[in-house]
Amino acid sequence: MPQSLLLLPETPSQTAGPYVHIGCVPNHAGISGIYADDPGQSPFAKDAAGKRITVTGSVFDGTGAALNDVMLESWQADGDGIYAPYQGWARMVADAHTGQWQLDTIKPGPVGPQAPHIALWIVARGINLGLLTRVYFEGDDQLTDPLLSRIDPVRRVNTLIAQETDPGCYRFDIHLQGDQETVFLDI
Amino acid sequence: MIKPLIQRDHAQHPPAYTPGYKSSVVRSPRLPKLSMPSTRTEETGPVFGHDVLGPQDNNLVINYTGQSAIGERVIVHGRLLDANANPIAGALIEIWQANAGGRYRHKKDGYLAPLDPNFGGCGRTITDDQGRYEFLTVRPGAYPWPNTVNDWRPMHIHFSVFGHAFGQRLITQMYFEGDPLIARCPIVNTIPDPAAIDRLIAPLDMACAMPMDALAYKFDIVLRGTRQTMFENRPEGL
Repeated sequence: MPQSLLLLPETPSQTAGPYVHIGCVPNHAGISGIYADDPGQSPFAKDAAGKRITVTGSVFDGTGAALNDVMLESWQADGDGIYAPYQGWARMVADAHTGQWQLDTIKPGPVGPQAPHIALWIVARGINLGLLTRVYFEGDDQLTDPLLSRIDPVRRVNTLIAQETDPGCYRFDIHLQGDQETVFLDI
Repeated sequence: MIKPLIQRDHAQHPPAYTPGYKSSVVRSPRLPKLSMPSTRTEETGPVFGHDVLGPQDNNLVINYTGQSAIGERVIVHGRLLDANANPIAGALIEIWQANAGGRYRHKKDGYLAPLDPNFGGCGRTITDDQGRYEFLTVRPGAYPWPNTVNDWRPMHIHFSVFGHAFGQRLITQMYFEGDPLIARCPIVNTIPDPAAIDRLIAPLDMACAMPMDALAYKFDIVLRGTRQTMFENRPEGL
């Protein structure tokens, strides 16, 4: 027998469940007085440099219904394409009635050969392992992006491109299954 | 040090589509995921300073009103490690749970067990330089949920865990040694490998119980590993 590699297996994932808000955004859930603020309310300080943008969307299930209990987290570079440790991360929760979420942030710069993008991580009741995807932006040069160029069939690239509805306002809907299923990542 | 992530071993995790857990049926992607080596995007992640924590954030027994919650007092502690058994220091761990009667402080929870006026149900901490964390809480009760007619969740605490890389992000649930509901739970049983399920069950840890005060359970958490060899021939940012 050769030596053992001694690698520990990863702790298994479980669903975040319907009450994820209690632990991750307690003030939003109506539990006030424990944390001064919910974490991840804004990815950047108010005076941070860069172009301000808004990304809005919904997460749809296989029946076409918007998830009203989903939580998303975003992670992105700043306007210069730099990942800085104390900024760039945010948490979004869907509106309990409409299912819409919104991210007010700065348009990220390109990171090396990668086109500007925001990583999104999605958890909810019924999702056993958090889903990773990326938001790219309509109008950017995406020809050399190493991730988008891997997507086959090519028409699915569109599921990762946020559409600019007004200047600086982007729409990014996520479809968990069906004809428009979003590309999810194993990275 | 930013290191490439080892590909996730999906055999450790539940698949997306697990019809015994009904909510997963319409919320599971059906197409294969796109695989790619990690990039700077997944190899970096947010850092949380200790300044975000309040002094009682990891004490769920008193952090809601300052008065003691009702229930079985337990310390829940452990270490946060990566696949190479290196401690992950300075990482944020958040937990949430029902009260001793199995009732969540959430407007969507209509279970008839009452709220505890002194229990909120959330806590957080940052791991120390050896990756250790600890919480003081009350043991959550089991509770029924609408899946099949008579499904009950075992006693559990939800864990949200950050590593150093966004690609390590994990949410899971901790169960308590000896609970007969574990084996019957459709959410537990989304995990196909019994050995993987065992790694979510915290043993009673009498060595860390506080006499005349609180029992203890130990729950170690392992996040995805990073490659330990440093040869790189890829351009910056990939």
